[in-house]
Amino acid sequence: MKNRNIDTAFLRGMTQRRVSRRDFLRISGLSAATIAFAAACGVKGQSNEGGPLTVEQFWSGKTGKGHINFANWPLYMADGQPELAQFTEETGITVTYREVINEMPEWFAGTFQDLVAGKSIGYDLMVITNGSQFQKYVAGNTLAPLDHSRLPNFAANAADSYKNSSYDAGNVHSIPWASGFTGLAYDPEKTGREITKLDDLRDPAFRGRIGLMGDLQELGNFGLWAVGKNPATSTPDDWREAAAWLQELKDAGQILAFFDQDFIEAIEGGQTWISQAWSGDIFQAQLADSPLQFAIPEEGGTVWTDNMAIPVTAENPVDAIKLMDFFYEPEVAATLAEYINYITPVPGARDKVLAHAEAAETDEDRAYLEELADSVYVFPGASDYATVSYYRAFSSPEEEQEYNEIFEPIVSG
Amino acid sequence: MSLQTAQPPAPTADEQPVDRIRGRRRRPRWGDRMLRIYTWVVILWLVLPIIVIAAFSFNDPVGRRNTRWQGFTLEHWGDAFALPELRRALVNSLLVALITMVVAGVLGTMVGLALGRYRFRGSGATNLVMFAVISSPELIMGASLLTLFVSLGMGRGFVTVLIAHIMFSISFVAVVVRARVLTLDRSIEEAARDLGATAFTTFRLVTFPMIFPAVLSGALLAFALSIDDFVITQFNAGLHFQTLPLWIWGSAKLGLKPEVNVIGTLLFLVGVVIATGSAINARRRERS
Amino acid sequence: MGKRLRAKLAPYALILPGGLWLVLFFVVPMVTMFNLSLSQGDVVGGFEVTWRWDTYANVFENYHTQIVRSVWYGAATTVAQIIIAFPIAYWIATRGGRHKTTYLYLVLLPFFVSFVLRTFAWKFMMADEGFIFGYLKDWHLLPQDFRVLNTSFAVISGLTYNFLPFMILPIYVALERIDPRVLEAARDLYANPAQVFGKVVFPLALPGVFAGVLMTFVPAASDYVNSELLGGTATTMIGNVIQRQYLDQTNYPTGSALSFAMMAVLLIGVFLYARILGTEDVLKAAAR
Repeated sequence: MKNRNIDTAFLRGMTQRRVSRRDFLRISGLSAATIAFAAACGVKGQSNEGGPLTVEQFWSGKTGKGHINFANWPLYMADGQPELAQFTEETGITVTYREVINEMPEWFAGTFQDLVAGKSIGYDLMVITNGSQFQKYVAGNTLAPLDHSRLPNFAANAADSYKNSSYDAGNVHSIPWASGFTGLAYDPEKTGREITKLDDLRDPAFRGRIGLMGDLQELGNFGLWAVGKNPATSTPDDWREAAAWLQELKDAGQILAFFDQDFIEAIEGGQTWISQAWSGDIFQAQLADSPLQFAIPEEGGTVWTDNMAIPVTAENPVDAIKLMDFFYEPEVAATLAEYINYITPVPGARDKVLAHAEAAETDEDRAYLEELADSVYVFPGASDYATVSYYRAFSSPEEEQEYNEIFEPIVSG
Repeated sequence: MSLQTAQPPAPTADEQPVDRIRGRRRRPRWGDRMLRIYTWVVILWLVLPIIVIAAFSFNDPVGRRNTRWQGFTLEHWGDAFALPELRRALVNSLLVALITMVVAGVLGTMVGLALGRYRFRGSGATNLVMFAVISSPELIMGASLLTLFVSLGMGRGFVTVLIAHIMFSISFVAVVVRARVLTLDRSIEEAARDLGATAFTTFRLVTFPMIFPAVLSGALLAFALSIDDFVITQFNAGLHFQTLPLWIWGSAKLGLKPEVNVIGTLLFLVGVVIATGSAINARRRERS
Repeated sequence: MGKRLRAKLAPYALILPGGLWLVLFFVVPMVTMFNLSLSQGDVVGGFEVTWRWDTYANVFENYHTQIVRSVWYGAATTVAQIIIAFPIAYWIATRGGRHKTTYLYLVLLPFFVSFVLRTFAWKFMMADEGFIFGYLKDWHLLPQDFRVLNTSFAVISGLTYNFLPFMILPIYVALERIDPRVLEAARDLYANPAQVFGKVVFPLALPGVFAGVLMTFVPAASDYVNSELLGGTATTMIGNVIQRQYLDQTNYPTGSALSFAMMAVLLIGVFLYARILGTEDVLKAAAR
C-alpha cells in the first residue's frame, strides 16, 4: 500500500487508545515503588565545605595562561571590544568576550551549582550585580578573594564610595564595573507633566500606562520607598506594607506589565508612558533624540553596582585580575563610560572625557562628550547618592525566601 | 514545536476531481468563493509576521534598536553572520538537531518496529510512555529534566540539551514508524525468508527500504522539532550553551536586531526551498 | 540461541535502547520532580525530602487563579482554532484539487521560522504606536486609547496563531478521508447543505478535531512565551509562574508542586473532554 502521509500515521498513533485498566494499575504500582525508593534520596547540600579561601590559599602557585574568558551583560562594551583589543596589544593576553548575562537570577541559577561543586563554568571573569545573588555567591564560597596587590589602578583611581560598599566591604570579592540608578523614566509628551515622585504613579490619568520591573529586588525597593521605608533597613512588616502598596497600584489597573531589560522597548515604543528604568538606558535613548526623561523619585530610588568578580573555579585568575585592573586606568574607564553611559567608578575618567571632547573631530561628538561629562548619571556628585539605597541585603536564605514570597504574587498573581 | 516537515498527502490516483463533490443541486457558488477567499485570508494572516520580519531586515536603524523604519539598507544581509554569538548559536542548533535526528531516528525506529510488529508484555506500558511524552507539556518535561540534572549535580550545557532533545524526539519517530509498520505487507518478507534470507538480510533488503520513507519522515520531524525547540532547551541549556531560539530570545529582548530578522528570513527561505523541492519531487514521483 | 527464543526476545531488544532512554530521561525526572515537590530547602543548603504536602495546598491557594486562567486560555484558543481551521481544512480537502499539497505547504511554511521569532514579530506588530496601529491612530481610524498588546486578547491571539497547524492538519486529514460518495448519498436523500455538514461531515471529522484539540490544548494551556511577550499584568499563566519559580527563584519545591498540579488539571480536562464527546468509541474505530 502506498505510504500515506506522515499526518495520518502520526495522528493515528496519537489518537489510538493506549492502555487498558490492567496496564494502568500495573504502572501505578511500579511508580509507587520507584517513588518510595527515590524518596530516600534528596538533592545534596550545596555549600562548599571547608570555608572561604584566603588570598594566599587561592593565589599561591597560580600563573597566567595567556587567555581569558569574560562573561558580561549586553551593551557593556562597544562592538568589537576596542578596550579588549588594546589590552591584548599591551599585554599579549587574549580575551574571549561573551555577552551571556541577561538577568541576574537566571545567571545565578545557571552557575551556582557548578561553582559550589567545584566545577568550571567556563569563565575567568564575570560581571554580577550586587544583590541577593551576590550574597549567595559569597555565602557559597564561590568567588575568589581578590589579591589587592595586583590591583594598583583600582587602589589609585577608584572613588572612595566604591571601596567600602555595604555589600562587599573592602572589596574582598569584587570591584565595580559600572553603577546605575533605578528611577522613573517618562515621556513628557505623553504624560503632559514632569514625574517626580512614586506617588505620581497613582494618578488615574496614567491608568494602564505604567511599567514596573519584574525583578523582585527592584520592585520591592520602590514599594518600600513609596511607603517611606529605607530598603536597607526594612523589616518583613515593611515588606508587607510595600507589597500592599504595590498590589493596590496593580489592582487599580495602573500597571501595564512587568518588564526586565525590555522596559526600554516598551517606553520607547509608547506602550508605557512611565516606567521603572535604569539611568543609562534612558541616557542612551536621549542621545538618539528620544523625548524620554529620567528622574530619581523624591521618596527614593535604587543604586546598584555591577561588579567584576572571579569565579573560584576560574582557570586563569592571574590574567583576569590584570584585566580587571586595566579597566581602572582613567583613559580606559573614559572610553567605557562613553559607550556604556552608566556611572563609572573612576572619577578621574571625567577629565579624560573632557579631553576627548576638546579633541573631538565633529561638533556632534564634542557636544555628546560634554553632555556625558556633565551628566549626573555618569558622574554623579555626593548629593545624588542621598536618596538612593542599595537592594535589601539578606542575612539568610530563609529571609530571602520570605521576601520573595511576599513580593512574588504581585508579579505572578 | 511545529510540524514543519509533515508531508501532506499527494493526490491519490482514485481521487475524483472536484466535480463529484460540487453537487449538481442547488449548491450556492458564493459558498465556494467565500471559502476560497477565506482560505487566502487565513494564509495571509499566517504569513504576515514573516513578511514583517523580512521587511525589517532591510531597515537601517538609528541607534541600537530596530523599532522604527528608518531607511533601506542591504548591509545586514551582508554581515548577518558577523556576530560571533549568532554563529555559535546557529552551529549549536544545527549540531544538536543533526545528532538528535540520527540518534532519535535509530532508537525511535527500533521502538516503532517493535511496537508495530510484535505483541509483547510491556507494549502497553511503552505505548503509554510514548503517548505521555508526546502529549506532555514541554514545560513539564523541561522542568523535570532540570530537576534530574540538579539532583545529579550535572552541569547544564550541550550534553543536557542533547539528552533532552533525543528524549522528546524518540516518541515522534516511533509513532510514525509504528504506523507504517502496522500497514506493512508481511508476505514479501515471508517470501524473502522462504528464499533463504537471514533475518538481518531480510531487514536490510526488504523491510527497511519499505519503511524508509516513514523513517525519513520521522527523522526529519525530529530535526525540525529540535531546531525550533525553545522551552525545554531554555530549562536545560545552562548559560554558556545557546541555540538559535535561545539567542533570538536573548537578543530580541532589546528590540529585534536586524541580524535576527535576516536569520528569520533566511530560515523561511530555507523552508520555501525544502517545500518546493519536496513538492517537485512528489510530483515527479507521481508521474513515474 | 534457538530461533524461537530469538524471535521472542527480539521486541525487547528493539525497545531496550529507546525505552531505556525514555525511562531515564522522562520517567525518572518525573519522579525526581515529585520528590522535589515534597522537599524543602534552597540552593545553598540543599533540598531535603520532608514529605511536606502543604506545598501543594499552598500552590493551589496562591495560584488557582492562574491555573483557571490557563485552562480558560487553552480552551478559548482551541475553540478559536477549530472555528478558524475547519473552513480552511474543509476547503483544501474538498476543493484543493491538484493544489492541495501547495496549500498545505503555504499553511505550514510560516512555521519554519522560529516560534520565538514569530511571537516577537506579533509583539512588534501589535504595538500601540507601532507601524500598524500607530498609523491607524494618526489617521483617526482608531481611538487613541485602542490597545491590543498587553491584553488577554493578544495572548490568546498569539496562542491561536502559534498552534494553528496542529489543528488544521488533523482536521484536514480526517476530512480528506471522507468518501465523497457518502456526501453524495446524503444529498440524494434530500439533505440540505446544513444537514450534510451537521450530520455527515462534522461527525466524520470528529476524530480529527479531537486529535487537534489534544495537540493544541495542552501546549496552549502550559505555554508561557506568549503570555510573557504579549501579555499584561492580568494575563499571567501557570506556565509563567512555573518558569519564574524554576529559573528565577530556584524555588524548586514550589515549581515542582505547581507542575504536578498543572498536569493533573490538564489531564482531567482532557479526559473530561473525551468523555463528553464520547469519542472513545470513535477513537477505537479510527485506530483500526
